[in-house]
Amino acid sequence: MSISLFKFKGGVKPPTHKSESTGLPIARAPLPSRLIVPLHQSIGGMPRPVVQAGDKVLKGQLIGEADGWMSAAVHAPTSGTVRAVAMHAQPHPSGLDALCVVIEPDGRDEWIAREPFDYKSLRPEEVRERLQQSGVVGLGGAVFPTHGKLTASKTVPMDELVINGAECEPFITCDDLLMRERAEEVVRGIGIFRDLLQPKKVLIGIEDNKPEAAAAMRAAVDALNEPYLVVQVPTLYPAGGAKQLIRVLTGKEVPASKRSTDLGVQCFNVATAYTAWRAFAHGEPVISRLVTVSGDVRAPRNYEVLIGTPMEELLKLAQPHPDTDGIIMGGPMMGFLVPDPQAPVVKATNCLIAHCERLFPPKAPEMPCIRCGACAQACPHELQPFELYWFARAKNFGKTQEYNIFDCIECGCCSFVCPSRIPLVQYFRFAKSEIWTREREKNAAEGAKARFEFKQLRDEREKAEKAEKLAKAAAAQAAKKAAEAAAAATAEGGAREAATPAAEIAAVVPQVAAVDAEKAAKMATIQAAIERAKAQREAAQPKNTEALKASQQREIEEIEARRQAANLTDPGEPATAAPASEKAE
Amino acid sequence: MELLLAIAIMALGALVLGAALGYASIKFKVEGNPLVEKIEGILPQTQCGQCGYPGCKPYAEAIAKGEADINLCPPGGMEGVQKLADLLGREVKPLDAEEKPKQVAIIDEQTCIGCTLCIQACPVDAIVGAAKQMHTIVAPLCTGCELCLPPCPVECIRMEPVGENIDNWKWKYPVVAIKAAPLPASDTPTGGAGGIKEAA
Repeated sequence: MSISLFKFKGGVKPPTHKSESTGLPIARAPLPSRLIVPLHQSIGGMPRPVVQAGDKVLKGQLIGEADGWMSAAVHAPTSGTVRAVAMHAQPHPSGLDALCVVIEPDGRDEWIAREPFDYKSLRPEEVRERLQQSGVVGLGGAVFPTHGKLTASKTVPMDELVINGAECEPFITCDDLLMRERAEEVVRGIGIFRDLLQPKKVLIGIEDNKPEAAAAMRAAVDALNEPYLVVQVPTLYPAGGAKQLIRVLTGKEVPASKRSTDLGVQCFNVATAYTAWRAFAHGEPVISRLVTVSGDVRAPRNYEVLIGTPMEELLKLAQPHPDTDGIIMGGPMMGFLVPDPQAPVVKATNCLIAHCERLFPPKAPEMPCIRCGACAQACPHELQPFELYWFARAKNFGKTQEYNIFDCIECGCCSFVCPSRIPLVQYFRFAKSEIWTREREKNAAEGAKARFEFKQLRDEREKAEKAEKLAKAAAAQAAKKAAEAAAAATAEGGAREAATPAAEIAAVVPQVAAVDAEKAAKMATIQAAIERAKAQREAAQPKNTEALKASQQREIEEIEARRQAANLTDPGEPATAAPASEKAE
Repeated sequence: MELLLAIAIMALGALVLGAALGYASIKFKVEGNPLVEKIEGILPQTQCGQCGYPGCKPYAEAIAKGEADINLCPPGGMEGVQKLADLLGREVKPLDAEEKPKQVAIIDEQTCIGCTLCIQACPVDAIVGAAKQMHTIVAPLCTGCELCLPPCPVECIRMEPVGENIDNWKWKYPVVAIKAAPLPASDTPTGGAGGIKEAA
């Protein structure tokens, strides 16, 4: 059974240097003197350490707890004593430190109790949970937490599951050896992904320079009677890029703004499938990985290495030549020179290359860009590197984004073909990190502004509330005075006249009290005071209007009429007091 | 007659267009001053008041009105001055203060007496704590404005520059090697302070 293959634009054919390290089978690296396990080994949140210096740990014991959904747990690679939870140099181009758990092995390599699980008996969310707890992440290099990629889209049917065994970068052979020697477990691991995603087809893509791996995988697929298709793809760097392999196998081109799942495709590395299977069949978390040690060494080989092994110790196993002057992590195209050889092997470390000037002769100095367009022809993402270079060099970051700099996968094809030897990828990395920094700063500024404005709003509100409280107290005071005044006025029978000044007093007092308050608060206060005075007045009225004589009533009416004529009363107020008093009672 | 017709046509045209413009000015009225917003977008929103105005917005308003100079914002640095000059078409001026690296405030929790004065002073709500309880700074929210320093009665707050870490580390501007590069795979640049300063 075969399928028709597609092509991606561009690509280069660097010397592969793969045969050096495929001659010998995988060897288990001996226990190193100490293990430095970084807590942050996958994309997403920073796992929290759950051990302290002095703790005894067993092999496979949890040492870093996943932080949120987008994160994966970290485990002790061997049994021993935690010496420190401290900052240590990282395998990162910056050479900066990050939080690591330093473990001194006790040599017994004693496992914690392992619980194998049949994943078929678990619900999908339990399977994902277990993968996260086992620290299963994409081992192709991106270290994206695998459980995050295993939720089938609700809207787009899953057409193809692509398993990436292309391994296109020169020197690297760890996936090749894994497929040759442990094909069965890889195929069983693919079964987990298949069952969760329910794709119509499963395609295993392997570059055609690895016939042994492809044969082993075919044999395993047949032996397990699975309907997977093992496809040999033409050897062309970077065929192992997820988007490129998807393009070659399915003909689908994943647009910049979308993920492959939007087109019904999901992609996993073969080593990821292997670790997923180990996590279920043996209850083993990810504590080791295969690392190719090659380059300027006497015995290039693939080793099964515990996560946290210092790179220098690992390199020594392959007996580096005396002229070795550095370690490259990853391949020669996308890898970087590790600034500190004490940096540990992490889940993303697929290859260490001993660097020397014989293998990697120094590049002649950079020359001006002649706009030959060779980079554009080589770019697998159909970008225009010469334009991007121009804008990145001029720090015109807006323009670089217009030319889709974020589609660049930093594969290094453009730098590889550039006749002027311009380090194009360096310019793109510079531009990308500048843009990210600016974005971060902008977001921080926006957040600060929002919080500042909210704080101002809150301060105003608190001030107004305080003023209102003060005004209320003052008004109560004034009302009390008004009531006294009204009571005093009762004896003279001139309640109406007394009520008005009372209202005035009530209005004035709070004004004095809240002199520094906001205008709005002041108005509210006055209003409140008037209301209170009015209520007080109404409450006070019955006292001198009960048991009125006819003459008194007439007198009052006359006064009312005069007041009405002089526009002194509220038009809404009843002309006579008696009905009001009835209502009040 | 023709002359009058021409005048009439022109007058009618003027009326119609005038009416359209008048309608548009009401219909598409822009609330607030868009220039102030643009200026505010450039300012770093530290709300520190080092420019002499009580916050970034008042400073932006003052710049828009032409009352304030563009070089008064130390947290924005020379880059901010440059951006403001580009936006407003003004001359670039040297910063009116010393440029400081980005800082973050740190409370010595052993010394803190829980007076809440710094909480009240913090313009961006980056300090948590309650009366007679220890206070602490939420570092990712701190803008490094230093406004919490003066009110502290026990001087338990200090400023520390934000160091480089893996999360905020940046690839440097590639430097053209004068002599042959030592290592080809040293695709790791050697530093580019000089390159970054020139031109923006």
